Order: sequence, then structure tokens, then C-alpha cells
Amino acid sequence: MSILIAIIVLATISVFFGLLLGYTSVKFHVEGDPVVDKIDALLPQTQCGQCTYPGCRPYAEAIAAGEANINQCPPGGETTMLALSELLGIEPVPLDDEHADAPEKTVVYIDEQTCIGCTLCIQACPVDAILGAAKQMHSIIESECTGCNLCIPPCPVDCIHIIPVKIEPETWRWSLPESTVTSPKA
Amino acid sequence: MTRSSHQLWRFHGGLKLESNKAISTQSPIVKARLPKRLVIPVQQHIGEAGALLVKKGDKVLKGQVITQSNEYVSAPVHASSSGTVIDIDEYPAPHPSGLNTLCVVIETDGEDKWVELQPTNYVKTKSPAELRQLIRKAGIVGLGGAAFPTAVKVNPGPQAHIETLIINGAECEPYISCDDMLMREYATELISGCGIIQYMVSATHCLIAVEDNKPEAVKAIQTVISEQALHTIEVVSIPTIYPTGGEKQLIKVLTQKEVPSDGFPSDIGLLVQNVGTAVAVHKAVVLGEPLISRIVTVTGEGVKQPQNMEVLIGTSMSELIEQSGGYHDDACKLIMGGPMMGFTLQTDHLPIIKGCNCLLVENKPEETPATMPCIRCGACASVCPAQLLPQQLFWMASSKNFEQVQDYHLFDCIECGCCAQVCPSQIPLVQYYRFAKTEIWSQERDRIKSDHARVRHDFKQARIELEKKERAEKLRKKKELLEKKKIAEAAAKNDTPETEVDPKKVAIEAAMKRVQDKKAAKQTNNTSSDE
Ligand code: SF4
Ligand code: SF4
Ligand code: SF4
Ligand code: SF4
Repeated sequence: MSILIAIIVLATISVFFGLLLGYTSVKFHVEGDPVVDKIDALLPQTQCGQCTYPGCRPYAEAIAAGEANINQCPPGGETTMLALSELLGIEPVPLDDEHADAPEKTVVYIDEQTCIGCTLCIQACPVDAILGAAKQMHSIIESECTGCNLCIPPCPVDCIHIIPVKIEPETWRWSLPESTVTSPKA
Repeated sequence: MTRSSHQLWRFHGGLKLESNKAISTQSPIVKARLPKRLVIPVQQHIGEAGALLVKKGDKVLKGQVITQSNEYVSAPVHASSSGTVIDIDEYPAPHPSGLNTLCVVIETDGEDKWVELQPTNYVKTKSPAELRQLIRKAGIVGLGGAAFPTAVKVNPGPQAHIETLIINGAECEPYISCDDMLMREYATELISGCGIIQYMVSATHCLIAVEDNKPEAVKAIQTVISEQALHTIEVVSIPTIYPTGGEKQLIKVLTQKEVPSDGFPSDIGLLVQNVGTAVAVHKAVVLGEPLISRIVTVTGEGVKQPQNMEVLIGTSMSELIEQSGGYHDDACKLIMGGPMMGFTLQTDHLPIIKGCNCLLVENKPEETPATMPCIRCGACASVCPAQLLPQQLFWMASSKNFEQVQDYHLFDCIECGCCAQVCPSQIPLVQYYRFAKTEIWSQERDRIKSDHARVRHDFKQARIELEKKERAEKLRKKKELLEKKKIAEAAAKNDTPETEVDPKKVAIEAAMKRVQDKKAAKQTNNTSSDE
């Protein structure tokens, strides 16, 4: 008898939760394509537009829609292209020679003596990495700058310059030994 | 109590290497001369660097704290002698990169005058937490080479129960003898330090493990233990096999236990500390002295008078070499650390830091062995003390397969170099692992940064969207107001001609007119917006 009750109780509970789950998944369905999210997660988020799309997410959408190739992101370089090829299960596409290696990471800085405080760069910056107000000198928050260089063309006095990201002993990388031997085929 | 009573086990792999330690243990530890200039790097440990507490021109005393951090994993740095801060700038770091690092430069005044120290006479009147604080303030980091902040390591968390404290005096790497000499000459301080750490983590036992090629050290420690009739501290002589000084390897030898792949010794009730660290803990607690000096082995066939020296942190390596008789003519390579795990330095104008245990000067000209393809002999796997598959790791690392290389436990590799030592094809295997590790860390940093940028970008998009909406809203309101005004004006115009009529009628008419006007206005509005 008690077994029967237990079975009935459990069955009711599971039916109830099943319905609840079904309902919530319909009711609270979050818009957003999971494939686009996955692609976007692999893009470097420099937001530079060099892929010819107005940012990383639009490029991710274009890839997902099959409108763009996977080799169009220069900041990501080969690493990103290979990651995309793996994710999407498509053949790697060679990059233009000049983009083959991920370029040296850079950020920009503002020559604060020259800045006239026009705020144009702030509007161009995709990640709000520039601090300043009208007629005040502006400066870059270096840790937030993605190195997209989008703020450079709008500047009327050309006071924004590119500098390489400083490598500290803590962020330095060992290089691959030069005598890379070819491994026998597995 | 007796050495022979302890059962020992064997870890996987390892090598018997020629120790070459005797050349630097002939004379007692020498105190290095007080240098004119100390260059003290701000970052000498794993974790966050502290903020500077001094500026150019400041007078400092020996032991005065010069950096401070609120981060948990960090250790302050102290002035190693009294003098004046003459510069705070980037100087070359004793690091494989050869890059610069922020340093405080002190011109010593020769007085070597201490700050006021606060000794602790009765250690057990302090709580473990208070003692940890003393250790933190003293800037102690692991002196075996890893330089991990000790105050963090001796706090394994409330849920961890430490049964046994292991004091690592194995010193398995060839040529290095600073721990050997320290155990011989500072056995009393070592035992005191062990007792303090043991009390702090409430460990029931303490095992001091020493390789059996250091009988003098074992004897010195044994004498102190016998004198003080200690029953919970034991010195254990262990077989000399490289790398028995690796934390996990030592644990295996002493307890047969294996530390889980991504776990800590505290998970299995153990804590491992280096002998030098234990002595530093004694000094910090009992004497109140911060970590401002260490013992460095200056050795190798390329230096005239190999010896061990007690050196102030920040002393230039070149001065130590000079005080050790200088280089032989055929000296050709300066290594920080030992021959197996150390790295080559490009210059000797570099400061001694807390984690520097040895300067090795080689005289054999660097022969670049011709690297041959891997023949899959498996020799590397049979000697790997971490039980990895070095040849697989090598292939994955060289083909930049960073995900798979982690599945094969790259991060369990202790970079001991056993695999490269036995590889018949002379493949510099460890270099590949170091490459893969720093590459993976860098990708991880990039990933964090790009996630952050995505959030900032989305935020900016949302802000622009919101601003657009707000602007549209404002425009709409303005328009409405304008219309109302227009209608009112129109109504006023219509009202004027019809005077002296029943005001009620007028009101009704006006209202009707207004409605009509409104309709008309709406229509015009619609058509205009259609355009
Ligand atoms: S090219 Fe620039 S905007 Fe396009 S995906 Fe790469 S980083 Fe993002
Ligand atoms: S665009 Fe150039 S001048 Fe204008 S605020 Fe930015 S940095 Fe200054
Ligand atoms: S020892 Fe060298 S040759 Fe032999 S399997 Fe390992 S990497 Fe290959
Ligand atoms: S260097 Fe790494 S892979 Fe090679 S033997 Fe040592 S632990 Fe194993």
C-alpha cells in the first residue's frame, strides 16, 4: 500500500515538475541564438570593425548565417580562425599573409597637451575606455582599451597615438624552441 | 625518534644524478659584504605586487617595510639595510625574460641600522592567526624557489586538518647546497621554526626530510632534537634520487600518499615547507626580523671559490661572484637556480631576490645538441616523476594543441627536466612545456579581457539605445506641446467674432470646433508623418 502511495506521489511530482519545466522553457525563453553566442565567445572583442562588420557580435551573426567567412578577424589571427573552424566543424580557411600571426597587442594614448576636448573620440570608443568631458583634456583607461584604434580617425588634432602593450615579466611568454622537429605521424 | 624507524616509499621515475655539492660545502657560510647599493624589486613573489610606501630621497632603516598590499596572496618587501632611497625605477629583473621590473634603489649608509624590532618571547601566548600576521608582515615567501607567500600556505583553511608537517631539506638538485649549509649551521633556529609552524597548523608530527647525501645536516638536526628531547619532530634521511625535493614526490616518499592532480597537500592532511622558510619563520616570530636576507650558493666550475653566502636581498650578483674569487677564464654561462631547473641569465648585474637559491657558473661551452626526431622510445615517460607522457605533451605543445595538452596534465609537470635529460634525440622537452604553459596563461588572460570588453561594449550599446529613446521621447513631448498651443491659438481666433451670444452655446460650439480642428490637425499630422 505504502509503495503504491509512494509511486503515486513520485509520479505526480515528476509530472508536475515536467509541466513546470516545459512551461518555463516556453514562457521565459531567452531570445538569442546559442550559435551566435558561441561564436561571439571566441572573437577577441576588440570591436574594431576590420572584419567589415560593425563589431564582433554582428560578425558572429554573419558567420552563423553563413554570410561571412571565418578568416576575417585580423586581431584574432590564426588562433581565432582555428577555434572557429573547430567550433563550426568547417575546414580552416587560410588568412591573408599579413594577418597570419596575431598582431602585436596595442593600446592608444592621448597626448594630453594637444587634446582640445572635443569628445569625438569618446563617441567612437566601443568600450567606453576614454575619460573626459567637453573642453577638458581626455585620457585613455589603458586597462579597458581594446586597441581597436577607432578613436584615431575622428580626432581633429591627431593627438591619439598607438603604443604596444607593455610586456611585464609576469605576462612574458616562453617561445617555441626554434629547432621544431617534425613529429612522426600518429 | 630514531631515523631508521621511518618507513619510506619510492616515487615513480626520477634519476640518479651526480650531486657536485661538495665543491661549495668546504667552508662555512660567509656573510656577503654590505653593498653600496641595493636594488630591491617590488615584485619578488607569486601574487600581487604591493604599493610603494617610500619615495625618492627617503631615509630608510634596515627592515623597514617599503611596499604594502591588501591582496591576500602577496608579501611586503623590506629595506635590507639602512640608507637613502636614491631611485625608484625599472631595472633588469632576474627572470628568464630579461625584462625590467620596478625596483627601489637604496644607497646604504654603512650603519646597517635596524628599525625597532618586536620579538616574541613566548610563542604560544600568540594565536595561530596572530602568528600568521607576523609571518605576513615579515614578507616571508617559500625559499625553496617557488616564492609563494608563506602566510597563505600556512593557512590551509578551517576545514583542512593538518596531521603532519613536512619540512623539505631534500635539496635534490645538483650543485645547490644552501639548504645543506643552513641545516648544519642553523639547526637550532630550524627546529624553533618547525615548532612554530607545527603549533600554527596544529600538526601532530613534524618530519624533516633530508637526502642521505647530507649526513652532517642530519647529524646537526638530530643533535638539537636529542638535546631538547623533542618527541614530535623527527629527522628522516631519504634516498638521494632527483627530484625527491618536489613537493608531491617528497610526500610520496614519506607517506606513500598521492596528492590529487589539481589538489593540495592539505587535502590529504599534509603541509610542506622548505627548511629555509622555517628558519625565516623563526626569525620573524622570535626575533621580529623581516625577510631581508637569504643564503645563496655561488658555485660551478666557472667560479674560483665556490661557497655559500648570506646575502642581503637586493645585492648585485656581480658582487657575490667577485667575493667568490671571480670567474675562471673559461666561465661561459650564468644560471640562476640549479642545472636542471634553473634558467640562464644574460648578465650578472641583477639583484638577488628572495627566491634565488643558487648562482651556477658553468664552464662547458654551450654545445647545442642536434635535435633529432622523437623515436618514441618511451624513455621520457619512464623517468617522469609526475607520471606524465612527456612525448605526447611534446607533440601537443609543438602543434599548439593547448586544449589537449591540458587534458594530458601539462600543469602537473614540475619542469624537473628528467625527460629531456634522458631523451636520446636531445629534444629540449621542458622548453616546449614552458612555452605551452605561458601560452595557455596568456590565452586565459586574453579571454578574461575580451569577456570584459564584451560587457563594456554591450553596456555602451545599451546606453546609446537608451539615449536614442530618451531623445525621441523628448521630441514627441515638444511636438505635443506645440500642437496644443496651436489649437489654443486657433480657438482664440474663432472665438473673437461671435460676441454677445449665449455663452453656453458659444462654449459648445467652441468645443465642437476644437474637436474638428484636432481631427484636421491629426490628419495633417498623419499625412506629414507619412511623407
Ligand atoms: S575584426 Fe574586430 S570587430 Fe571584427 S570580429 Fe575581429 S575584433 Fe571583432
Ligand atoms: S578626439 Fe582628439 S581632441 Fe577630441 S577629445 Fe578625443 S583626443 Fe581630444
Ligand atoms: S625520450 Fe625523446 S625520443 Fe624517446 S619518446 Fe621521449 S621524446 Fe621521444
Ligand atoms: S619535466 Fe615534466 S614531463 Fe618531463 S619528466 Fe619532469 S615532470 Fe615529467
